[in-house]
Amino acid sequence: MISRTLVIIGGGSAGMAAAIKAYDLGVKDILILEKGRVLGGILNQCIHNGFGLQEFQEELTGPEFLARYAAMTQERNIEVWFEHTVLNINANKEITVSSPQGLVIIKAQAIIFTVGCYERSAGAIKLPGDRPKGVITAGQAQYYQNILGQKVGKQVFVLGSGDIGLIMARRLTLEGAKVLGVAEIMPYSNGLNRNIVQCLEDYEIPLYLSHTVTKVIGKERLEKIEISKVDANYQPILGTEKIYEVDTLVLSVGLIPNLEIFNNPKFVTSSTRGLLVDNHFASEIPGIFSAGNCLHVHDLVDFVVKEARIAATNAYHYLQNQNEVSLQEFAVLKAKEMGYLIPEYIRIHQSDTAVTFQFRVRFPILKARIKLLNAKNEVLFQVVRLYLIPSEMVSLEVKAALFLQNSEPLHYEVEVLE
Amino acid sequence: MTTKKYDIVIIGAGVTGAVLARELARYQLDVLILDKENDVGNVTSMANSAIIHAGYDPLPGTLKAKLNVRGNALYPKLCEELDVSFKQSGSLVVATSEDEKILVQDLVRRGKQNGVKCSYIYPRRVLELEPNVLKDNYGALYCKTCGYIDPFNLVSHAIENALDNGVTLKLNHLVTAIAQVDGGYQVVTNQGSYETKLVINASGVNGVKVASLLETPSFKITPRKGEYFVLEKQFQPLVTRPIFPVPSKKGKGILVIPTTGGTYLVGPSSEYTEAFDDLATDTLTLNEIAKHAKTLVPSTPMHQVIRVYAGLRPTPSDGDFHLEPLSEKHPNFINLIGIESPGFASAPAVAEYVINKYLKSRLSLVEKKNYNPLVKKYVKLNELSDEARAALIKTRSDYGLIICNCEKISKGEILDLFSRSYFPTTIKGIKKRLRCGFGKCQGGFCGPKIVTLLSEVLKKDLNDINYDELETNIIIKESR
Repeated sequence: MISRTLVIIGGGSAGMAAAIKAYDLGVKDILILEKGRVLGGILNQCIHNGFGLQEFQEELTGPEFLARYAAMTQERNIEVWFEHTVLNINANKEITVSSPQGLVIIKAQAIIFTVGCYERSAGAIKLPGDRPKGVITAGQAQYYQNILGQKVGKQVFVLGSGDIGLIMARRLTLEGAKVLGVAEIMPYSNGLNRNIVQCLEDYEIPLYLSHTVTKVIGKERLEKIEISKVDANYQPILGTEKIYEVDTLVLSVGLIPNLEIFNNPKFVTSSTRGLLVDNHFASEIPGIFSAGNCLHVHDLVDFVVKEARIAATNAYHYLQNQNEVSLQEFAVLKAKEMGYLIPEYIRIHQSDTAVTFQFRVRFPILKARIKLLNAKNEVLFQVVRLYLIPSEMVSLEVKAALFLQNSEPLHYEVEVLE
Repeated sequence: MTTKKYDIVIIGAGVTGAVLARELARYQLDVLILDKENDVGNVTSMANSAIIHAGYDPLPGTLKAKLNVRGNALYPKLCEELDVSFKQSGSLVVATSEDEKILVQDLVRRGKQNGVKCSYIYPRRVLELEPNVLKDNYGALYCKTCGYIDPFNLVSHAIENALDNGVTLKLNHLVTAIAQVDGGYQVVTNQGSYETKLVINASGVNGVKVASLLETPSFKITPRKGEYFVLEKQFQPLVTRPIFPVPSKKGKGILVIPTTGGTYLVGPSSEYTEAFDDLATDTLTLNEIAKHAKTLVPSTPMHQVIRVYAGLRPTPSDGDFHLEPLSEKHPNFINLIGIESPGFASAPAVAEYVINKYLKSRLSLVEKKNYNPLVKKYVKLNELSDEARAALIKTRSDYGLIICNCEKISKGEILDLFSRSYFPTTIKGIKKRLRCGFGKCQGGFCGPKIVTLLSEVLKKDLNDINYDELETNIIIKESR
């Protein structure tokens, strides 16, 4: 067994940002464990632009963005072990890692979990009909196209208007495929507005809102799909079926934090399906932190690196003062209008000045009053926000002083004003 | 066209054909097994509940009851010899009302008539065994001999062991005609014809169709579709043994089943279908399944579905297995068809039965001297201690490189497959053998890596790597 001060699991954008921040704060003994052969994770295949506007005030491609972070990681001589996959993490922060060099157990004083997310599959959405070759997730199509340089189809339909779906609609069009349309079950798009304009409208690819795939047809190879309009309860409306002849159905139906099952009952799932963390991005196992898309899926990589730096700062504080006692501890319940809430557990430390909450709404709301209430239904904090949509994360900062007297669970309410 | 004459041609490399071929491999016989698919066990043997039923369910006195009970008893040894995961977990048939309690007690009596050890247990005992089962249950049938297996590897390892002992397998061979010739039959396929003294028809859902190439049998087979959900692994076990509702005329009902891979199955539905290749799932049926599962195991996490699938049961019009010569005119064309549930559990007993009852009198069965019933042990890293895993990585670094991250499968374990007498050549084949792609990402991450690896190992272009059947290449053949 070897010992390390800080082990970061996953060398994508979150992992690199966390390592750089921790290093700059003075943690020098850092190890990044990366399962692939290069740093940057999923950004390696995101060759489109739009990254880094907040971080570098420039519009970069995914590989350009990651190259800057990789350079910063290398400048600091932060150690990275490639082709190293974590097999287990126990409550003592002993990490079992497999690589072609052997099996090693690393005892870490602190761990930051930055392993990213995975794509919701055809099975997970119970896609009706056959299960032929030709139904493929957007990220997989992106890997074949951008990493292997290989085409997956000629006549394409996209299900789901998540950002990667929109980007792949454009990408496959540029590679000569005919993209017949994008179907979205919701009455609004799930992608960023700029992607609707730049990836669909510019290429005259129709977007069918309130539509979904009601049947996949094709025994061995995909031959056709049936698209139907859905009602307000997302149920297909009979008589609205339309058949499209396609060889490829690209799925962009959501991303899910990649929380690993280590048969460790102390790993608790949050409403994001990631690790349950408190306002310091700390899990229920002291010294294990999580940030980035493995915690909740972010709109932009710029937000990912920002969050990773906060998690790294908290990991640094933990390493400095492992026995810090919280002044108050309590749970916070999300409002029913919220898809998820981070954090759902609060620990107030002496040094805390504010608590930042992040959430997504489940449906678009023009104007809402967001209220944080205690067990007696007294409003502790409220704010009015405009134009809340599911594809944009909402962030709220609440003064820590508000919580110093509180030890009971709190809950959010969203009052829809318009 | 070949002039060689086989002793036996088996049509269909599903569980029945595969286990029989492996059993016949112990004799000095020329055995050929044909399958129309691009992998063995690719139809009904692929999409089922993977349960080794105990035998309390079939009607006493039927061939089904007899062979189910006998087959179940043969399983521990079979899986040991073939190196296949088998958990003899026991099972519960849970009553959810006073009326069902009576039916469960009837089932216990039926089980005992069939020679199965089972008993009625009280509601509190049910919850001790399975805390997530309905709190207000009315007790259950408890049977210790029921279990669940890895169905994919049972078929492929049986085939591997058969090939190791001299059996010949031909995939992608669709039987198109069968003719009676002097001293036997000529089996014509899309890729040549084969002469044989005896034909075994183990073609599952297509059993009557294949038999009718020679003579139309007196019974019919109608495909009966079963749809399923697969749920992802849980932090705390959902159930540790198959949980059944009380059976009805439509079958065994909607079950909640653990799998040897750690995921859970919920299903199956039961609907007759016209088409013999209708494997489509539909939302209404799946919603119905989810509702039923929740009545039995209320905490079933239906929001953690990672896959849906459907399989076809080859349901015979008269209810029982058909394990007999096609007709008096065709004593050497033997049907092993109409084998719906419990087909997996019965397979080793079906092989034993057909050999004793028909083959011994028709062929000279002389044992081979060098017959080896054992499949060479597979390296299964996830079943090893850290020390054993570390030692193996030292001998071969590929065991350290993880390709499938959800299921933690190494490159070494994938490469190991290709040193076997039978190995998969498709994405789905690798998935069935090693679980790469069976996890929550469903091959989203490892799929492209496996395409690349298969192209290297098989020395084929990337666009010649198939997902499943021939010409299901994921990468299209088109130059830029």
